[in-house]
Amino acid sequence: MTNRDILLSVRNLRTEFKTLNGPVRVVDGVSFDVGRGRIVGLVGESGSGKSITALSLMGLVPSPPGTVSADSIILDGTDLARLNSDEMRRKRGREVSMVFQEPMTSLNPVKTMVQQVGEPLAIHTNLNKRAIREKVLQMFETVGIPEPKARLDVYPHQLSGGLRQRAMIAMGLICEPKLLIADEPTTALDVTTQAQILRLMMALRERAGTAIIMITHDLGIIAEMCDEVNVMYAGQIVEQAGVFDLFDRPSHPYTRGLLASIPKATEKRTAERLNSIPGVVPNLAKLPAGCRFHPRCGDAMPICKLKQPELTDLGNGHKARCWLHDKEGAKA
Amino acid sequence: MSDVLISTAGLSKHYPVGTGFFRSQHKVIRAVDGIDLEIRERETFALVGESGCGKTTLGRVMLRLIERTEGAVHYRGQDLHALDEPAMRAMRKKLQIVFQDPFASLNPRKRVKDILAEPLRAHAYGTRAEIEERCGELLDMVGLRRQLLRRYPHQFSGGQRQRIGIARALANNPEFVVCDEAVSALDVSIQAQVLNLLRDLQEQLKLTYLFITHDLSVVRQFADRVGVMFLGRMVEVGTTEEIFAKPRHPYTMFLMSAVPRPDPHQRNRERPLLTGDIPSPMNLPSGCRFHTRCPFAQAICRNEEPALSDRGGHTVACHFPLDQ
Repeated sequence: MTNRDILLSVRNLRTEFKTLNGPVRVVDGVSFDVGRGRIVGLVGESGSGKSITALSLMGLVPSPPGTVSADSIILDGTDLARLNSDEMRRKRGREVSMVFQEPMTSLNPVKTMVQQVGEPLAIHTNLNKRAIREKVLQMFETVGIPEPKARLDVYPHQLSGGLRQRAMIAMGLICEPKLLIADEPTTALDVTTQAQILRLMMALRERAGTAIIMITHDLGIIAEMCDEVNVMYAGQIVEQAGVFDLFDRPSHPYTRGLLASIPKATEKRTAERLNSIPGVVPNLAKLPAGCRFHPRCGDAMPICKLKQPELTDLGNGHKARCWLHDKEGAKA
Repeated sequence: MSDVLISTAGLSKHYPVGTGFFRSQHKVIRAVDGIDLEIRERETFALVGESGCGKTTLGRVMLRLIERTEGAVHYRGQDLHALDEPAMRAMRKKLQIVFQDPFASLNPRKRVKDILAEPLRAHAYGTRAEIEERCGELLDMVGLRRQLLRRYPHQFSGGQRQRIGIARALANNPEFVVCDEAVSALDVSIQAQVLNLLRDLQEQLKLTYLFITHDLSVVRQFADRVGVMFLGRMVEVGTTEEIFAKPRHPYTMFLMSAVPRPDPHQRNRERPLLTGDIPSPMNLPSGCRFHTRCPFAQAICRNEEPALSDRGGHTVACHFPLDQ
């Protein structure tokens, strides 16, 4: 990927929260790129820091208690890390927007759909009410809301979960942002609705060239949608790869464990046990020394307990944070 | 394997709802509508369907945690609704449930030992010492250390809490356990641990499971037979093998094809997708409840509701079952 094709480039993102037991670093040195019109996945279990990464990029981490710092967050030539909150507000909703997990709680129950879906336009453009209404109607058609005219003046509770999520996506896309961050956009939905929403997001990428950061815990969604994938564990990226590389040659033991533990709907029931990763995700306030995954890792070596591995380049843009792939680790 | 443990006949649960001005119009939501089902001893029967299809309600009506509107539940030939209060109470030892949300289903103000002791005390299990011993045994069974008995639920992770929920259900040696989305709230790596535990326990304790879930991938790996529900009706029942390889009801087929597959090489496969939304359970479509979304619907589907009928060992409620 040449520099011109890169839309977002995040370097060394760190997010800390003050707690009663001292500061806890929830996102620790996250770096990745998103190409124009690409779909990039952030996948991990609860507590891995994937949602906080997204909120940090959007400038939506409440401070205090949170502090976000980064070497750079370059979105199309502008370093978001250097913007003050007013400048950031002008970017948000226009150049980068976000779709949240819970379509019920993230819509305002006392505003009609046209009011809230049109709000980014009211803020970022000088369109009048009529033009905004027209734009919202078009957007409702684009995201496949049936009878779009009848849905303009209704309240969120009058819509089903799938329709609410479509409206959220319409709101995210109404200013034609270059980047859409979708945080578990289908987790609260049924599978048949999920399939519709995912198909819609792919179609929008095709049509408008919107790049998408897809945050999910579901490796099935990653496999269906993403071009590149970042696997997160305890606040760090532990593996970064193209989607085919990741599924064909998972290189971090955590990724391998995750892939092995998914029950596959296409596979026969076996008498054998499902593979699982022993233990639980570590407490971020009491991280183990060395590699954060070593207490759960079947391949742990002495060095893993002592020293934290760096992301090692395995070629072809495939990187893994594991001593198994590091020269120093091989020597040890 | 073929002895029926629990069965239902025409089981229904209808909820009256008031709508309109001053709730003056009375309507009925048919959450569970005329279900005939047989679950055999020591099998895992999975109940799948989308939210609002009535699977949770069915599970609870079968345990008589909710009273039925019509129909019957037979447990080892005994009509559960014919039992009086004390007899039903005694019967509850054999019928247990594991709930979905491990954060909401354990009392935060009780220690683990009190949570586990409660069902034991309710059924006069024995002396204090015997109960204490049994609680320790239960924790062993679900793979937690006995020393944790004095802890409170908030000191455990989601997966550990679910183990405690399972231990509580097993306290009085049940025969039939309803697992209502028991692993849905857990991360995949933890989900696999809990599924393995459930499978081991089934083996050791000769349990029969009714496994309620919306996650079809789990069903494939875990269940012997599957029942698919749509808007309060059972639309298809068959062995896991048959349902996954040759779904006969169009709804089952669409449900299967909507599941994302964790293999990027299959992303371009042909995927028929459903359009539209589930009809409101208050205004059920006439005829087959699925006809408004079904691409194969004919005139008869709009007028006549198909009954579940046996089509080669695998029952389907459809006028035009798929032939694959």
